[in-house]
Formats: sequence, C-alpha cells, structure tokens
Amino acid sequence: MNKTWWKILGSVLVVYTAIAGLLLGVPRLPILNESIRNLYFHVPMWFAMIVLFSISVFYSIKSLSSKSEIDDMKAVESVNAGIIFGLLGLVTGAIWAKYTWGQFWSFDPKQNFAAISVLLYFAYLILRNAIDEEQKRAKISAIYNIFAFPMMVVLLFVLPRLKDSLHPGNGGNPGFNSYDLDSRMRMVFYPACLGWILIGYWVYTIKFRLRSLENKQQAN
Amino acid sequence: MKKILFSLILMLVTIQLSAQDNGVEMADKLRSDGKIYVVVVCIVIILLGLLAYLFSIDKRLKKIEKENLPKN
Repeated sequence: MNKTWWKILGSVLVVYTAIAGLLLGVPRLPILNESIRNLYFHVPMWFAMIVLFSISVFYSIKSLSSKSEIDDMKAVESVNAGIIFGLLGLVTGAIWAKYTWGQFWSFDPKQNFAAISVLLYFAYLILRNAIDEEQKRAKISAIYNIFAFPMMVVLLFVLPRLKDSLHPGNGGNPGFNSYDLDSRMRMVFYPACLGWILIGYWVYTIKFRLRSLENKQQAN
Repeated sequence: MKKILFSLILMLVTIQLSAQDNGVEMADKLRSDGKIYVVVVCIVIILLGLLAYLFSIDKRLKKIEKENLPKN
C-alpha cells in the first residue's frame, strides 16, 4: 500500500463529494431540508472510524501471537487516527442535531453511546500511557482493544436500536437507506464513504510511519 | 517548489474568478438560492489545501525514511 494511486483516489473522491454533495439534487423532506446533505459528510466520519478501529483490533490480535512491536504500533496509531474521525463525527452530529432535533446534545441514546464508544478508545490510549514496560503494555492493551471493539459495535449498532432514538435507523426510526436514500444520493454517499475511509487510512499510515521512525531513532 | 506554489496560487485565483462569473449565471438555473457556488469553491479550496498539505507531509516522510534506511 505504499503507492500513491489510492491517496489520489481518496483525494479526488473527497473533493468530488464536496462539489456533488452540495450541488446535486436531494429529496425534499420536511425538517431535514437541505441539511440532508450532511449525510455525505457526517456518516462517512463514522465509517472511517469503524474501519480504522477494525484495523486496530486486527493488529491487536496479530500482536498477541506475533509479539511484534510493529503490530502493536499499528494498533495504536490506527486508534489515534480513528479517534479524530470519531470526534469529528460527534461534533458534526451535534451540529446537525441542533437544527433538526432542536438541541446540540439531547442525550439521545445514539449520541450518548457514540460518545461512550469514543471514550472507550480514549481509555485505551490512557491505559497504554499508564504502563511503562513495553511487552506488558502491548499485551494488556491488545486484550483491552479486543474487548473494546465489540463493545463499540454494540454501543453504536445494537443498544441505540433498543431504545427510543431520534437518529435514523434506531428505535423504530427507519434508516436513511429505506426511503430517502434515493439513487441520486447513493451516487454521492458511497464515493464519500470510500473517499473518507481512504483518507483515514492515509492519516493512519502517516502516523504509523512517523512513530516507527521515532522508534528507530530512540533505538539508535 | 516555488514554481509549483506560484502556479497553484495562479490556479486558485482563476478558479475563484471563473466561479464568480459562472456562479451568478448558473445559480439562477440550477438553484433558486444563488451564491452556493461561493461556498462550494471555499470548501473545495480548503479540502485541496489540506490534501496538498497531506501529500507534502507524505513526501517529506518518504525522504526521511529513505535517509534512515542505509543506516539500519
């Protein structure tokens, strides 16, 4: 993956979604109005976060068997990059909520659980900083990460569905897919998700490469 | 580097000019509430700037990685 073509692809897709997302036609829906376009920008943040956290849990499992420091560093840096996207998702969600649900933070189950799942990963980073010994840190944090990942999935996709939520796709509310995500929106939404996932992956690789350089310099 | 930067700035200037010219005419046709193109141009410039920055970080990182390779 050390090539440039996917970086350019990600950049082109993200710029395309900014143009097409603002200018192409969208369904006319009450309350949402033009803010339906936020779907192209708010939702891909979460997709990018989930992909990065999946990469992290993959390398955490791998590091338990391989005991390699590189796998451990990959796990940390993908969490570092994923948290940025999670925070952006929370902030954009709060802004969108202000103008559709009436409040920035209405303590909606989806909002609360999303915040908790981001906190779970903050706890992962704090746990890492609390342990000095490298082998121990790699092992304990990998195990924590393996537990945190399914928790995050449950918090984001299972628990909000069981409660009354204003968020589409939760608590009896139909998801965007079911009736408003028409073919025009799909043309922008899917490229947006792919584009932001690629950008997120790119940020993660940069962070990982920086850390491995720092690691080498410390070793020398 | 200077040449690239200079041409980039020139390009940005022309983008804005053409957007202003077209924006007034096209906003009436495509969208009843005009001047959305101004926002689109701003967002695209911000995104392009950030992405160019990301590419430059990547480039610098590649250089440092290459310098570090022969040592180890």
